[in-house]
Amino acid sequence: MTLGIEVQDLTVRFGDVAALDALSLHFESGKVHGLLGRNGAGKSTLLAALAAYRRPTSGRVLVGGEDPFENPRLMPQICLIRETLDVYDTETCRSVLSLGALRPTWDAVYAEELVEKFEIPVNRRWVTKLSRGKKAALACVVGLASRAPLTIFDEAYLGMDAPSRAAFYDELLADYMRHPRTIVISTHLIEEFSGLFEQVAIIDSGRLVLQGETDEIRARGASVIEPAEVVDRVAGHAVVAERRLGPTKSATVYGDLGADFEENVRSAGLELGPVSLQDLFIHLTANRSVKP
Amino acid sequence: MFDERSPIYQQIAEQIKAQIVGGEIRPGDQVMSTNQYAEFYRINPATAAKGFHQLVEEGVLYKKRGIGMFVSPDAYDRLRSQRRERFFADVVDPMVAEAKLIGIDLADVVTRIKANEEDDGR
Repeated sequence: MTLGIEVQDLTVRFGDVAALDALSLHFESGKVHGLLGRNGAGKSTLLAALAAYRRPTSGRVLVGGEDPFENPRLMPQICLIRETLDVYDTETCRSVLSLGALRPTWDAVYAEELVEKFEIPVNRRWVTKLSRGKKAALACVVGLASRAPLTIFDEAYLGMDAPSRAAFYDELLADYMRHPRTIVISTHLIEEFSGLFEQVAIIDSGRLVLQGETDEIRARGASVIEPAEVVDRVAGHAVVAERRLGPTKSATVYGDLGADFEENVRSAGLELGPVSLQDLFIHLTANRSVKP
Repeated sequence: MFDERSPIYQQIAEQIKAQIVGGEIRPGDQVMSTNQYAEFYRINPATAAKGFHQLVEEGVLYKKRGIGMFVSPDAYDRLRSQRRERFFADVVDPMVAEAKLIGIDLADVVTRIKANEEDDGR
């Protein structure tokens, strides 16, 4: 079973700051979604609202068609994993795992397998005695072994080293294929994780910038390299970034480029290149003035 | 693993076509599943499936329900004739253009091609 998510006009305020500002989006059921946004964009607030850790100020969240807040039917089916593990300092590693085991979908054998794979010293007893990376790995183990129909990872893997992140990536992909479910992943490691995402949502300042199929979003971006003097081939398209190197100019365009865009650019003898998801993300969110 | 010039699913499709033309997989053979491709290339299975979908549309692969994907009987002949049609435009013309650009005599190019042919003939 999987769960789709509908977010409608969602606003969450902290005092007079709107972390989410009338945000509407839709996470399709059974897919792996990437949630991208700069620091303070509202990612964690959104994910906390999806998992009913936080009540909306206004607007609504529907998970599988129901409001998740204080919803005993939905709670066992939603798993939010944060780097902090959301446990008390007095918790032991074993008790974290047995908390996970309260879920009907928990796979204890798989959990042990993962504990071994990530070399988590669960016998060292206290969670606080784990290094940041091992604590993050333990959080990821709980997220994977929970097999919750809606599984959410909020930057859970930041403290993990590159080999552990790669192992997490492979496990997530393999287990998702064995047990399809709705997975939402927020990350700043865009290049590293983008291959996992069937769909991507980018939010900024609590609002949606764009959402769509990862491949289609990539296809809407292109970089054109042309002599700085020539007529603007990219005129009429949304130029999101421009760089100059002596006599040449590189422009990154984003939008519905049209069927003959590529041909026009190439027949003019100009170089056309791809834009990575990370670069698009930077261009689409960098214009915001950087707040101290 | 992939360069980013074209979408990953297109690159998977191109790769399967290349394997068919190269004789590594033959008409009637079963190809690896989308999940196997996804695992190998570390990509979302839906992305891999798009590549397969494209090949089914083009008639290169066909689906046997519940079993998997297979290479169409005429895939080799069709892909080969497609590549033959494009050969001069895709391979020879750019080579000639490059030779002219850097001042290599076309006669030298022809000599080299003939030398290659003789090597193969041995």
